[in-house]
Amino acid sequence: MASENIKTPVLELRGITKRFGDVVANENVSLSVYKGEILALLGENGSGKTTLMNMISGIYYPDEGEILVNGNPVSIRSPKEAFDLKIGMIHQHFKLVDVLTATENIILGLDEGKLNIKKAAEKIRNICDLYGFEVDPDQKIYNMSVSQKQTVEIVKVLYRGADILILDEPTAVLTPQETEKLFAVLRNMKKDGKTVIIITHKMQEVLSISDRVAILRKGQYICDKITAQANVQELTDAMVGHSVVLNIARPEPKDPKKKLEISNLTVRSSDGVVRLCDVSFDAYSGEILGIAGIAGSGQKELLEAIAGLQHVENGNIFYIDDEGNKEQLIGKDPLKIAEMGVSLSFVPEDRLGMGLVGNMDLADNMMLRSFRKGKGVFTDRKTPHELAEHVVEELEVNTPSVSTPVRKLSGGNVQKVLVGREIASSPTVLLTAYVVRGLDINSSYTIYDLINKQKERGVAVVYVGEDLDVLLELCDRIMVLCGGRVSGIVDGRTATKNEIGLMMTRIGGSGRDE
Amino acid sequence: MNSAVKVPLVHITRRKNIVWYRAWIVRVVAVIMALILCGIVTMLLVGANPIDVYKTMVVGNFGTARKIWFMLQDLAILLIISLALAPAFRMRFWNLGGDGQALMGCLGATTIMILFRDSMPNWLLIICMLLAALFGGALWAFIPAFFKSKWNTNETLFTLMMNYVATQLVAYFVVFWENPKGSSKIGIINQRTQLGWLPTIGGNKYILIIIVAVLLTVGMFVYMRYSKHGYEISVVGESEPTARYVGIKVRKVIIRTLILSGAICGLAGFLLVSGTDHTMTTTLVGGRGFTGVMVAWLAKFNPFFMVITSFVLVFLGRGASEISTMFGLNDSFGAILTGIILFFIIGCEFFLNYELHFRHGKNKEVQ
Amino acid sequence: MFDIVAFIPRAVVQGIPLMFGCVGETITEKSGNLNLGTPGIMYVGGICGVIGAFFYEHNATKMVAALAILIPILCCLAGSLLMGLIYCFLTVTLRANQNVTGLAMTTFGVGIGNFFGGSLIKLSGADVPSIALSRTHGFISATLPFAKNWGWVGKIFFSYGFLAYMAIVLAIVLAVLISKSKMGLNLRAVGESPATADAAGINVTKYKYFATCIGAMIAGLGGLYYVMDFASGVWSNDAFGDRGWLAIALVIFTIWRPGHSIWASILFGGLCILHMFIPTGTNLAVKELYKGIPYVVTIIVLIFTSLRNRREDQPPASLGLSYFREDR
Repeated sequence: MASENIKTPVLELRGITKRFGDVVANENVSLSVYKGEILALLGENGSGKTTLMNMISGIYYPDEGEILVNGNPVSIRSPKEAFDLKIGMIHQHFKLVDVLTATENIILGLDEGKLNIKKAAEKIRNICDLYGFEVDPDQKIYNMSVSQKQTVEIVKVLYRGADILILDEPTAVLTPQETEKLFAVLRNMKKDGKTVIIITHKMQEVLSISDRVAILRKGQYICDKITAQANVQELTDAMVGHSVVLNIARPEPKDPKKKLEISNLTVRSSDGVVRLCDVSFDAYSGEILGIAGIAGSGQKELLEAIAGLQHVENGNIFYIDDEGNKEQLIGKDPLKIAEMGVSLSFVPEDRLGMGLVGNMDLADNMMLRSFRKGKGVFTDRKTPHELAEHVVEELEVNTPSVSTPVRKLSGGNVQKVLVGREIASSPTVLLTAYVVRGLDINSSYTIYDLINKQKERGVAVVYVGEDLDVLLELCDRIMVLCGGRVSGIVDGRTATKNEIGLMMTRIGGSGRDE
Repeated sequence: MNSAVKVPLVHITRRKNIVWYRAWIVRVVAVIMALILCGIVTMLLVGANPIDVYKTMVVGNFGTARKIWFMLQDLAILLIISLALAPAFRMRFWNLGGDGQALMGCLGATTIMILFRDSMPNWLLIICMLLAALFGGALWAFIPAFFKSKWNTNETLFTLMMNYVATQLVAYFVVFWENPKGSSKIGIINQRTQLGWLPTIGGNKYILIIIVAVLLTVGMFVYMRYSKHGYEISVVGESEPTARYVGIKVRKVIIRTLILSGAICGLAGFLLVSGTDHTMTTTLVGGRGFTGVMVAWLAKFNPFFMVITSFVLVFLGRGASEISTMFGLNDSFGAILTGIILFFIIGCEFFLNYELHFRHGKNKEVQ
Repeated sequence: MFDIVAFIPRAVVQGIPLMFGCVGETITEKSGNLNLGTPGIMYVGGICGVIGAFFYEHNATKMVAALAILIPILCCLAGSLLMGLIYCFLTVTLRANQNVTGLAMTTFGVGIGNFFGGSLIKLSGADVPSIALSRTHGFISATLPFAKNWGWVGKIFFSYGFLAYMAIVLAIVLAVLISKSKMGLNLRAVGESPATADAAGINVTKYKYFATCIGAMIAGLGGLYYVMDFASGVWSNDAFGDRGWLAIALVIFTIWRPGHSIWASILFGGLCILHMFIPTGTNLAVKELYKGIPYVVTIIVLIFTSLRNRREDQPPASLGLSYFREDR
């Protein structure tokens, strides 16, 4: 047995390799983590960070290599065995049961004798007091905001006595202020002797929270650095593998004309909750209008209302054509809107669940927009096929052929197919939701370029984003939503991140319900 | 912590691709294994040697010209019902109501056959019977489709219950029109006049039905693969949000597809009443609505593969019933063999979708 | 006059098989398995009990009450367990489509029931005209001796065989276990979100197997009760009918709560026999229509339940889906 020595890593990976079919997710990764440190695991989307951590938390089992905890080789075949080794992971997609309460979720799967909700709730309150969390043990998960759910996840791991906490992109869903709160909690944990691994691709966070940063690229371990001695450019280059210019172009809008005029828009979800309340704004041609806000502040409903997919309770959405004629879009479905001659394209958040059909090939997916064309009962298969080939060539989509089901493509290529189809119809209005989510840096920049090209063509672009840095670099104006209301519209060239962050929570704090 | 580091022995991953011929090898192996097991089961229960058992099964299907025609007719009706269900399943609408829809087709045809036999020429009578049958089947599928599209009512159980409602309705009319009185049976309708009977081709009443089945197979393939409707069905089945996103009216597609599905079931009912049986009983459809679900699913909704899967099931059913007659057993024996074969075919899908990786001798001892 | 004292006991005995089926299916569905094989399982449960009892009755010279009761029950449980295992192996281990597997199970199970029901005598070479296990029936349906003296109270509450009370006790015990115990909590989590349960260290496969097999065994008892108690030990082919499907529909009606299945099953039992209590005179045809009442009511119930929006009243979220940990 190894002695309690500072030099002994609490967690050590040696030569870990994991494959999914032909795809190598991790290749020969070796990494050590020491007690009481906050380690940032930095890498692009698709670089294998999550897969690597999933092998420590027992979700996946490595194909090769070994894992040592406190110097002892271990085999972690299930999350339970990870817990037994005092390792806990907070996944990006929360693993919570919606219809259960916080307490029920936290004690799920534990062997501590008879079910005693009261005693468990007591223990949860103690943990919350110790680190500074706020949790109502009896609240059902489906009534919680994203940040509350995340808190439950963290408490769940601590409740199980974890000494090593792994957080997968914990700040993706948080406002800057919530992020600060989370970081404060993490620092408290570090003081308490816990080890924290935080997966991220955001440079600012690496610098503000971590002691040390380890970088993965394309499934391989690149290097590690003491955070205090690292700088952004250096880390980015190590992460991407070549020098990148961290600048998004922002041409001045040319000859902006009003394209969309939205006033007093109110939308209620099917269960009666107000999702959008009295929203008014205009969108201009040749301009990118950014929409910022915490996840679930009404961004989805807003875009869907414009696209004719959402029942609107009140308000107006006018489309203004080149001659200046106003057309009401409310009460019309996507088909009617298209028949009116309004060329509106929409890149929805859920690419494979809404924008594309995962099980269909590229050509058939191109057909989604055009299958009605032509007379007769049969579909025209030639034109979509040609379009698919065109998109593949133009946007450099990496695919075996146009008859490959799109679900087999990587995230970036899926998005290129979707965006390619949507801009192929030469839209006058382009709606995009979280268009670079999950993409690596190169793909993201390709997409920014495409959007800028549309802007220069005179398209009115509405860009819903989550990364405030990007919004501030790309958009001409930024509208901030908070709990379904407009909390302000700012100039993208002059606004600051902090200002927008505050506006995201200004109306009623995190009040998402009601 | 000094115990051996245990490594899971088998590791399962999802398969990315499988070459078509390997997929077929897996399926054929599964069927062969199932047949071997069926042979063993039969041997144990009946005591005959397996070769005899299989011989009996072949004889049951192909023994005489009459048996071949019977088998083909059975196959045709099962195929038509399976074809009817396929577009609904493609849309992920679990239509388990094929039996009821076909029965309503029978009821529609029978009603016209009995009520209007004296008031119109034979050709018109047959056309009206067909229309009534199509309507009956379509109506029975429309009702659950309506509620599914409006309130997302569970269609699996709804269509299932509609089967029993149809059965009781038919039972009512069987007693209502019973002939002779007190028999609780309708008997052969229009036996003397043969009004409302489909014409025979060369004295054979099965050929017409087989032709209908063949045409329908090709037609359904074209409809699902090349028509705009077929494309809409696929999109709705894969993802309703996508369908709405491109402006497909999901409700309309669900209802339209189910009306088509029900009407074709009704057609099968019409063929049974007007083409072969010339009577109506509550068991006329004989559970083909259920078997059709499996035929369609096993063939991955491809009409041409459905010919094969429905043949396998019909062959088994008829073969097993021959065995039961031969050895004086109950004819439910066929259902047991069918069940066994289905288990194997359903189970073998796993090996098409997943890969197993075995780890040999990697268990390390750690001090 | 509608004879309520005669009606209720008959509704109860009709309802008991449904109750077993409904409780069994509820437990199964709680784990995320939609087992459409339940109708088949109930047939298998019934016929296995019959086979056990048949051999015991024809081989034992003197029947012992304990054995006469235990043998059919154990045979029934073993048969239904086997069916449950087949279902689990196909849907959980091999991740096959649950609907298709269920339908195949029903085809198979009903086939087993009818085949052995029709061929048992020939296969065993016994010298009897039909399967009538009246002695076993006598043991299994024995009621409390004093029930007869208690007038209508005895008739309505105490006139049933012990299996009937067992169904009610099972429903209550399982209702408590699901809502109050650790196992119940874990089971609910498995059915709602297997990935979450898995990440929390719950063995999803084990829970699915256990819940489904126990559910199958409970459902199988419904088949046993039907032949041995309700049908006086006489097996007739297809007599059990579609009770299995009604039981599955009842699960939706009871919004996945075993406690509700007690009154709901008896209510449906009543609907099934309503046609005997509605005077129709000589019009036999109308009787056939009345027999359709339970199905029509089920449909109406399905429609109404689909209008319910409360989160707690929804089916387990992963119902019908197979779980594969490495799906990304």
